[in-house]
Amino acid sequence: MIANDLVFDTAKTLMEKAAIEIPQDYHEGLKRAAKSEEGDLSSFVLQAMLDNYEAAKQDRSAMCGDTGVPRWFVKLGNEAQLEGGMVALEAALRRATAQATFDVPLRPNRVHPLWRTDHNNNVGIGAPEIEYGFEPEGDWIDLISVHKGGLFGSDYRMLFPSDGMQGIKRFYLDSLMAFGKRGLACQPAIIGIGLGGSKDICMTLGKRASVLRTVGSKNSDPRIAALEDELTALGNSIGMGAMGFVGSNMVIDCNIEVGYCHTGGMPMSVHAFCLSSRRAVARIWPDGRVEYRTDPDWFTPYQRRETVDWHPLREAAE
Amino acid sequence: MKPREIRLSTTPTPEAIAALRLGDIVYLDGLMYTAREGVYIYALEDKANIPMELPSQSAANFHCSPAARINADGSFDMGAVTATASFRFAKWLPEWMEKTGAKLIIGKGGMSSKDYKSYFVPNGAIYLSTVGYGTGALLGRGVERVEAVHWNERLGLAQAMWVIKCNKMGPFIVASDLQGNCLFERENAKIAQNIERIYEGTKPAVLKRYGESDDRADEVI
Repeated sequence: MIANDLVFDTAKTLMEKAAIEIPQDYHEGLKRAAKSEEGDLSSFVLQAMLDNYEAAKQDRSAMCGDTGVPRWFVKLGNEAQLEGGMVALEAALRRATAQATFDVPLRPNRVHPLWRTDHNNNVGIGAPEIEYGFEPEGDWIDLISVHKGGLFGSDYRMLFPSDGMQGIKRFYLDSLMAFGKRGLACQPAIIGIGLGGSKDICMTLGKRASVLRTVGSKNSDPRIAALEDELTALGNSIGMGAMGFVGSNMVIDCNIEVGYCHTGGMPMSVHAFCLSSRRAVARIWPDGRVEYRTDPDWFTPYQRRETVDWHPLREAAE
Repeated sequence: MKPREIRLSTTPTPEAIAALRLGDIVYLDGLMYTAREGVYIYALEDKANIPMELPSQSAANFHCSPAARINADGSFDMGAVTATASFRFAKWLPEWMEKTGAKLIIGKGGMSSKDYKSYFVPNGAIYLSTVGYGTGALLGRGVERVEAVHWNERLGLAQAMWVIKCNKMGPFIVASDLQGNCLFERENAKIAQNIERIYEGTKPAVLKRYGESDDRADEVI
């Protein structure tokens, strides 16, 4: 049984880590970008970002004053048991979100869409979002804290099979051009692309591709992995860098996730994570062990399964 | 070429402002206040009395909501500070500048050269952009102390008017000058030369969207 107090304490720690500590994979990616960048202003900006990550860690201060919108992804092993059940889990995550907002402090960004009511704790109707995934084996749970920034960096479009690969590239470029100018996308960023699914799932896939996959990760389908590389290079060939200044670093990595869609359509979404790429992960075991990491490892073979039933051995053999 | 680095007062002289060039890096000293839509609406539309002497105390308006808290004893803790996108405030800025004498508008993304020419230049004001938009921890180091928070009960922490004492706060980038030139438009124009090359071979989407056709009598197919 996984203790509810442990879920609360771990969740609070994750909120702090996500806000303050740059994940290593993105940090390495940005260092490579800073090394290759030749635009004088873009170069200055990237160096300032690297200095900022150090300042945040030393001062235990949030990397960015806009601390984004905190949300949760929870992955449960099939044998995981939670003290108080799922309702207690959700209560712990909501309490941790409110407490960490005060403790770190984070910016209380969450308001009612119409009345602009602000509870000053990032909790409200539907906030924080809590999404779930499951794995066939294990008695652990993974808590993933993401504080998504980049208010301007996302878009959706219903494309069709006849739009083809060139249509995908065009919408991708349109999104980068639209939101890259003046740096509204907070680039260079991890760009996530969702292809397929229904409209809502298309957005979900793209968002998860940007926030739950690390720099350097590859889609398990080699042809999609090749497209990820091609789109990364394409984005960096625009001639636009950090803050929309002349430069050659727009995309630290492009991640694509797909889902089966209606036979007549090819919906696509584009999402930019931001310069702070805030994510932190912990695995909690029933014996009280907690292991922290920064790779959500969300997209396992089980999450990407195509078959009616789950036959891990057969899938592995294929 | 490395950009120039300059220290500037938040109550700058006209000469100091005139000496700034697009792309210069600026660090600020003195009092700065945050004001965004909540403050603009309350002060300009609801005609509330602004609780500071402007511009003598500060001529620097930061488009910002800090990550901060007010403790039970009334003291303040401010961590990271980061700007929010300024183009959304164009509606209120001309009146605000006239009323408060603001000379430095600090935020994210800048405004258009049309905005600069029509009301920044006549007011002797320029725009400073935060860097990368994520250097909140660095900017936080430039906060010597929080002097006051106004209107937080009415507007909430994010929209309140925070008064910050800055000590070498930065970096910021000069994004407009007294001729009304716009740094971002200059960069956009350079990047625009690549558009034809990178779009080569792509074609418009099969299904259009309104906005791509502005004639609402058109079909989108």
